[in-house]
Amino acid sequence: MSKFHITTTVNGEAVEYLCDPKQTLLDVLRDELNLTGSKEGCSSGDCGACSVTLDGRLVCSCLVLGVEMQGRSVETIENMAQGEKLHPLQQKFLEAAALQCGFCTPGFLVAAKALLEKNPNPTESEARYWLAGNLCRCTGYDKIIRAVLETAADMRGSK
Amino acid sequence: MSGFQYESPGSVDEAVRLLAGAKGNARVLAGGTDLLVQLRSGAANPDMLVDIKRISELRQISGNAASGFVIGAAVSGAEIGEHKELAKAWPGLVEGMELIGSTQIQGRATPGGNLCNASPAGDCTPGLVAAGAIAVIAGPNGRREIPAEQVPVSPGKTSLAKGEFVVAFKLPPRAKNSGDAYLRMIPRTEMDIAIVGAGVNLTLDASGVCVAARVSLGAVAPTVLLVDAAARALIGSKLDDAALAKLEAAASAAAKPISDKRGTIEYRTKVAGVLARRAAVIARDRARSNA
Amino acid sequence: MAGYEDKSFKWIGTRPVRPDGVDKVTGRANYGADMKLPGQLTGRILRSPHAHAKILSIDTSKAEKLPGVKAVITGKDFPEMHNGVLPGDEGVNFHYLSCNIMARNKVLYDGHAVAAVAAASAAIAEEALALIEVKYEVLPHVIDVDLALKPGAPLLHDDIFTTGVTPKPEKPSNTVQRIQMQLGDPDAAFKDADVVVERSFKTKAVHQGYIEPHAVVAEWSEDGQCRIWCSSQGHFMVRTLTARLLQMEVAQVRVIPAEIGGGFGGKTIIFIEPTAVLLARKAKRPVRIVMSRDEVFRGTGPAPGTSIDVKIGAKKDGMLVAATGEFRYQAGAFPGSPVGAACMAAFGPYALSHVRVVGYEAVTNRPLCYSYRAPGAPLSSFAVESVMDEIAQKLNLDPMDLRIKNGSKEGTQMVYGPKLKAVGNLECLKAIQNHPINKIPLGPNQGRGLAAGFWFNLGGQSSAVVNIAEDGTANIMTGSPDIGGSRASMALMAAEVLGIDYSKVRPIVGDTSAVGFCEITHGSRVTFATGMAIIQAAEDVVLQCRQRVAKMWEVDVEAVKWEDGHARPAGANAGDQKPLSLAQIAAKAARTGGPLVGSAAINAGGPGPAFGVHICDVEVDPETGHVTVLRYVAAQDAGKAIHPSYVEGQIQGGVAQGVGWALNEEYIYGEDGRLQNSGFLDYRIPVASDLPMIDAIILEVPNPGHPFGVRGVGEVPIVPPLGAIANAVARATGARMTDLPLTPPKIRAAIDAKK
Ligand SMILES: Cc1cc2nc3c(=O)[nH]c(=O)nc-3n(C[C@H](O)[C@H](O)[C@H](O)COP(=O)(O)OP(=O)(O)OC[C@H]3O[C@@H](n4cnc5c(N)ncnc54)[C@H](O)[C@@H]3O)c2cc1C
Ligand code: FES
Ligand code: FES
Repeated sequence: MSKFHITTTVNGEAVEYLCDPKQTLLDVLRDELNLTGSKEGCSSGDCGACSVTLDGRLVCSCLVLGVEMQGRSVETIENMAQGEKLHPLQQKFLEAAALQCGFCTPGFLVAAKALLEKNPNPTESEARYWLAGNLCRCTGYDKIIRAVLETAADMRGSK
Repeated sequence: MSGFQYESPGSVDEAVRLLAGAKGNARVLAGGTDLLVQLRSGAANPDMLVDIKRISELRQISGNAASGFVIGAAVSGAEIGEHKELAKAWPGLVEGMELIGSTQIQGRATPGGNLCNASPAGDCTPGLVAAGAIAVIAGPNGRREIPAEQVPVSPGKTSLAKGEFVVAFKLPPRAKNSGDAYLRMIPRTEMDIAIVGAGVNLTLDASGVCVAARVSLGAVAPTVLLVDAAARALIGSKLDDAALAKLEAAASAAAKPISDKRGTIEYRTKVAGVLARRAAVIARDRARSNA
Repeated sequence: MAGYEDKSFKWIGTRPVRPDGVDKVTGRANYGADMKLPGQLTGRILRSPHAHAKILSIDTSKAEKLPGVKAVITGKDFPEMHNGVLPGDEGVNFHYLSCNIMARNKVLYDGHAVAAVAAASAAIAEEALALIEVKYEVLPHVIDVDLALKPGAPLLHDDIFTTGVTPKPEKPSNTVQRIQMQLGDPDAAFKDADVVVERSFKTKAVHQGYIEPHAVVAEWSEDGQCRIWCSSQGHFMVRTLTARLLQMEVAQVRVIPAEIGGGFGGKTIIFIEPTAVLLARKAKRPVRIVMSRDEVFRGTGPAPGTSIDVKIGAKKDGMLVAATGEFRYQAGAFPGSPVGAACMAAFGPYALSHVRVVGYEAVTNRPLCYSYRAPGAPLSSFAVESVMDEIAQKLNLDPMDLRIKNGSKEGTQMVYGPKLKAVGNLECLKAIQNHPINKIPLGPNQGRGLAAGFWFNLGGQSSAVVNIAEDGTANIMTGSPDIGGSRASMALMAAEVLGIDYSKVRPIVGDTSAVGFCEITHGSRVTFATGMAIIQAAEDVVLQCRQRVAKMWEVDVEAVKWEDGHARPAGANAGDQKPLSLAQIAAKAARTGGPLVGSAAINAGGPGPAFGVHICDVEVDPETGHVTVLRYVAAQDAGKAIHPSYVEGQIQGGVAQGVGWALNEEYIYGEDGRLQNSGFLDYRIPVASDLPMIDAIILEVPNPGHPFGVRGVGEVPIVPPLGAIANAVARATGARMTDLPLTPPKIRAAIDAKK
């Protein structure tokens, strides 16, 4: 079976790649484009470690095929910090110790960023439900949820 | 080898042509949240995938409450949830769709996929069935329309013929004093497949008497059930405790579940009644406030 | 080594940003699966679909012929191991270990590896697996521990003869061992009890559930050396075991640690590393193996399912008079259940003069049973805490008063031998007793549950190096993987001893060829033992600094003291020299004896046990059996919290895992012995919306065995939640359930049965 030639946008840059029809967007990011910040925890949409935004929508990159990407646009964790400046969520995650092993962290950050863009003032419950597709086995979620809510407050305050 | 052909047609006709003309096993790809998992596990082995997400007709919600909404089969859950008018007229249907998976899954999952995956536990399907949604099906012989509950025939199997796929769902015009609701039972709060699901859609007259009702149950039979006996328990009543008790008994009686890793026969039977009753109360209250 | 007790700390106890943090929030940090070498192949493992079967034949010829396939291996490619236990092997049975990694004549569980391939792409590797033909003769299987212990049960091995029983058995069985420990005479003492509660419990196997699947890249070179990149809880462990299984010299194997995405005990053993090395050797190309989630559930080391009887007797006033427990624990397909630790920890929170614990372990047709956070203790504790709660109910006593009255403390004789030194059990109980949660009124269908827990903690071997650069900044290195912020703790301890700013200390985790031996990251030992090595290595630097300054000042070393990062005259006799900073001393290093390098290699004793007490409120939907955890408070004695945020994180994480264990997590096997829920959709670990905030209270009763008073904190938080949740559910429903997990169908059935 021959490979597909895809032209797409990744983190704002035009990118071309070849992929097998079975390769997922996650496989393409990690194996073809060497963007290993998106993690694979399950490959079945359950853990959220592979979270990216696709044309602005939060999705699991393990449940998107590489061949679907023609003409689309994807944003990954690698594009979250702007230059040398961390995104406020990244900074807060560090300060609030919202990561232990850190494997779930890229997915949580991408998902939390999407939350705050849609809802700058989430309640604790809204944040917990929005992030229910991101599994963390280390933290018990407490410090993650606090970090998200505090960042939201900071960002509202600085506007 | 284990590859497949991938196509992303821009029109319904082209999609039908591809599906009908395919050698071997051709599958529709909508959000992929069921299909990609099946591909990965080896449960699905298609020779061709026809991605329907680039067909604009399938990605739209049109119409309105009074005339009846038309929901494209490949509209994502997130888009459905963001449609304020639809959510106001059909909160139960929208809730069911929004219960599917996580925020990430919502970005992709579709009502067409939920129905055509033909899982008895799909969360959008009971809402569609209770609403009396009509599935618009395109195929080599043109279009036909059937009630949504006639699409799935057994776990994983649909009544669609080769070359056919669901284009849209037509909802009936929304009468005054109507309300719907969907509830499911899962062990966690998110990210689980329903052990039992129940959808109720009803309309009251000016005096508060139930004049129309449809009750559906998920995960208690090989397909989502439309339970007439349960609806009859409501129609003609003011949805008081006695009527609700009759509804509960009728729903439990209609449930013909199996025991599996997610639940037992006994549990599913009882909880089908509980959820039907609770959903009816929510639907009733919505109808009352929906004058 | 003493002298820190009455010191106030500058860095210890603060909450700075972790040194490896930026890499982890930007996606730059490299975990096991992120490594990529030129020419790397994809390795995949074929696994048994049967719970128990004889392997009649394996035909790999078709797979080998598939274009793109570079190597295929089976059990035949592994050296035969003999049971002989070599010096330093600490009881590891290499024959069993090897057979677990690749089955030989028999498969012993669904998911047992039978062959592996290396190919140019994942798709080709998958296709090759499908071409391998394995002929099996399916055998009867046994998974439940009670069934496995029965005479006549399907036999897994013909070389297991129960130990700990007399007379020595002549026939093999699944029963690996019987153990017993006793204080006093419980059988006689029960006669003095006013109330006796005796209950039996059952629990299912559960998985550690780390989000990162196991991953390894192996490279073989023509001179017989190999390099391995992998995420594990101990790269020295990976090195030793891989070398031994492949009959290599240990120094020929170099293991480079990747960042690790969670382990909780499950990555303290190897599953795929030797396979990757053998494939790389055969293919003459680097090979990467990354497990799928399905493989993680089916082919790694989940914790045991159990069957437990506990009996406790008390006087009317709540004084405990006697207790016994029989603990029957699953091993997996090979011996190795944590039943010993379970027995020892079960009654840990209580002072008992008359107590007996008996343990049995049986091999079963499920994956290897391996460590999961405080191995064995959450289960035995669940049973004991449930019975304690019933005693309180029967005697109409406050469950807290009952526990305080009988709480173990300094001087308490433990059933496993020693008497406790200073511990924080009563402090934790009182912290919970005084917590505002107790004042919150409970609504209908709500219940409040209390439980206490105990864990030993470990010490052991660790090494550390502290290198001072010419400007006085420090690079510190240990061989302990950082699984949850330990680099930060190491840097804090080094900064404290050296007296320099935390930001001037850069910690790294060294590979097996770069740093001295460190035992695995388990037993809550890293901050304690590896931290002690860092402290000693930093003290070594301080001593060298003092010696060099003494020479410069022409005084005795005793006349130079180290304070606040400076060498200063120790008293009037030392003259009035100007203090010299570490940077100033480092700048002169070349002229005063060369580089400033401190090191330490230790075998740390005195880890000091940890106690934790938890309280939680739940609400049960009586019609669906659904449980909502409303509030959760956990108090724990940390000895001394080096970085309190990460201590809280350990507590909160342990609680979340324990809640999952109590409510929804279980291995579900079909009649055919195949695992039915090998994914996160049906193996239900808690998601964010399942949990409330978890209030973590740190108490500090210094551990006399550590210079800063540190105790391990990582494990004990998973001990009490099972009991706390079960007790809360029992009080909310009025129905006491003894089978975990407490799933909605079971709860609804228990409520109905009560009517
Ligand atoms: C992590 C996770 C959680 C989930 N949780 C839930 C849940 O809570 N509740 C629930 O109900 N489901 C759940 N699902 C399943 C799935 O998300 C839903 O069933 C979803 O609605 C499927 O839609 P889709 O567009 O992704 O379908 P796809 O995967 O694209 O398609 C599913 C099937 O339908 C066919 N199909 C799709 N569209 C059409 C069409 N228009 N005409 C004909 N055939 C079509 C496809 O060929 C395929 O066989 C979950 C899945 C995941 C991965
Ligand atoms: S890897 Fe995509 S959700 Fe887990
Ligand atoms: S920090 Fe380890 S999984 Fe979240």
